Amino acid sequence: MRTLIIAEHDGQHLNEQVARAITAAQQWQQPVDVLIAAAHTDALAAQAAALQGVSSVLVATDASLQHATAEHLADLVMTVAANYRVILAAHSAFSKNVLPRVAALLDVNMLSDVLEIVNQNTYVRGIYAGNVLATVQSADATQVLTVRGSKFAAAANGNAAGTQTVSVPAAAEGSRWVSEAFNKSERPPLAAAKVVVSGGRALGSADAFAEVLAPLADKLHAAIGASRAAVDAGYAPNDLQVGQTGVVVAPELYIAVGISGAIQHAYGMKDSKVVVAINQDPEAQIFKIADYGLVADLFEAVPQLTAAL
Amino acid sequence: MKALVAIKRVVDYNIQVRVKADGSDVDIDGVKMGVNPFDENAIEEAIRLKEKGIVTEIVAVTIGSATHQDVLRHALAMGVDRATLVETQDSLAPLAVAKVLKNIVEREQPSLILLGKQAIDDDAGQTGQMLAALLKLPQATFASEITIADQQATVVREVDGGTQTLSVRLPAVITADLRLNDPRYVKLPNLMMARKKPIETIALDSLNLSLTHSVKQLSVAAPPERPAGIMVKDVNELLSKLRTHQGIIA
Repeated sequence: MRTLIIAEHDGQHLNEQVARAITAAQQWQQPVDVLIAAAHTDALAAQAAALQGVSSVLVATDASLQHATAEHLADLVMTVAANYRVILAAHSAFSKNVLPRVAALLDVNMLSDVLEIVNQNTYVRGIYAGNVLATVQSADATQVLTVRGSKFAAAANGNAAGTQTVSVPAAAEGSRWVSEAFNKSERPPLAAAKVVVSGGRALGSADAFAEVLAPLADKLHAAIGASRAAVDAGYAPNDLQVGQTGVVVAPELYIAVGISGAIQHAYGMKDSKVVVAINQDPEAQIFKIADYGLVADLFEAVPQLTAAL
Repeated sequence: MKALVAIKRVVDYNIQVRVKADGSDVDIDGVKMGVNPFDENAIEEAIRLKEKGIVTEIVAVTIGSATHQDVLRHALAMGVDRATLVETQDSLAPLAVAKVLKNIVEREQPSLILLGKQAIDDDAGQTGQMLAALLKLPQATFASEITIADQQATVVREVDGGTQTLSVRLPAVITADLRLNDPRYVKLPNLMMARKKPIETIALDSLNLSLTHSVKQLSVAAPPERPAGIMVKDVNELLSKLRTHQGIIA
């Protein structure tokens, strides 16, 4: 039997998490195929075929896949699902939308955001905002799961896997893509950045959030993140939210500025290698998970730090 | 139109749960429970749509033991019209929950099915999508804005990197993100009035569903703690400490 990876992409580039899912997929020691579904697949299929560990690239090309809905993608996956014992993807807004639908159509349960693959049907995943690690075993004939990308190294390039064409079922009726608005940024993507500078409610305004954090992030070539409180207050857009319900990050360096460190936030960043916390409140929870804590007025300390770098 | 809201009773989001000494499960004896926060957003949205005259009736449903009536009472106090408890002592995985909800949807025939995008206990985030699949209905997950007109819902979804807008034909399944709305507080008089609203109880067994328990929890453990860090006195000391870690700052 084989393992299938559902590839996330933006129409031109494979998401970098795909290479991490490929590493996770090697655990089953069976051929790993990658499904590319898009309106234009040549470049995407070439990128997938180049990744080591890929056995074959399944290519589904159709204009209707330009902004494919979860309904359409799930129907597409179902046309090939019988060939696979494992169907997986890196955990993201994309896969969270599609894979549960696939699992239900297969009449199997699904494991979300798997941190460790113990064996071919046993996994470790976080529950209660990552405050508890549960080891779970699935008896389902098809294992459907999403994996935490940061827990698996990215597969390297240097392969030349073959491709095969998959026919595309008609798009499901009743659901239509209207538009999308991506926050344009020259910064590295939050989930993949080596350094993340995150701000909390203590920044006080959207202007201060940008004025204080952007120069530091520029110096460190960092992505900018935010606590839920900062996003709810309108200081930062929703896609910057780090935490249980936002993005989970694991950079080399995480700098938490004016963030109290609620358990929901900690969930999203506690796998960071080095954590720095700057907060005026010496009692802030964030200091308990920080390697280096600085009790200071962030409006003084952050510009000082930026200037000294 | 009728709206159905599915809610889950979970440990209060402020509580940090502990693992039992034998590692068999989490210890939630005597812990404060409440409506899953995302489900509260779903309830609030249904109520707002009713206040706008779009929704005419709201039914809340939950699955669990008789004690789970408390979250239904909370929903009724917020403004839900009536509630259904599907009674069972078993703890159900998302696929089983979706199968139960499918049965309730078929009985109630709602135009709008609202759920939270994930429960904060198992953090699975699957039930809404699974329910939509079983019902062969459109889905719009992680909603931060819902507009309904002409049997269509236009839904702004929170996705990685920004937002996406979908138009789904009703009936459809929509899952709520936190920024969809701010759920209202329940005042005591509303809680009193909610006691008069009906809660129907259906025994899960009476639905004759074939529910498999294919996922077993073998053990639970507390995650390894981060080693205790140190406090630095100023930015200069912070910089010198960071420079001891190779390659993280220039």
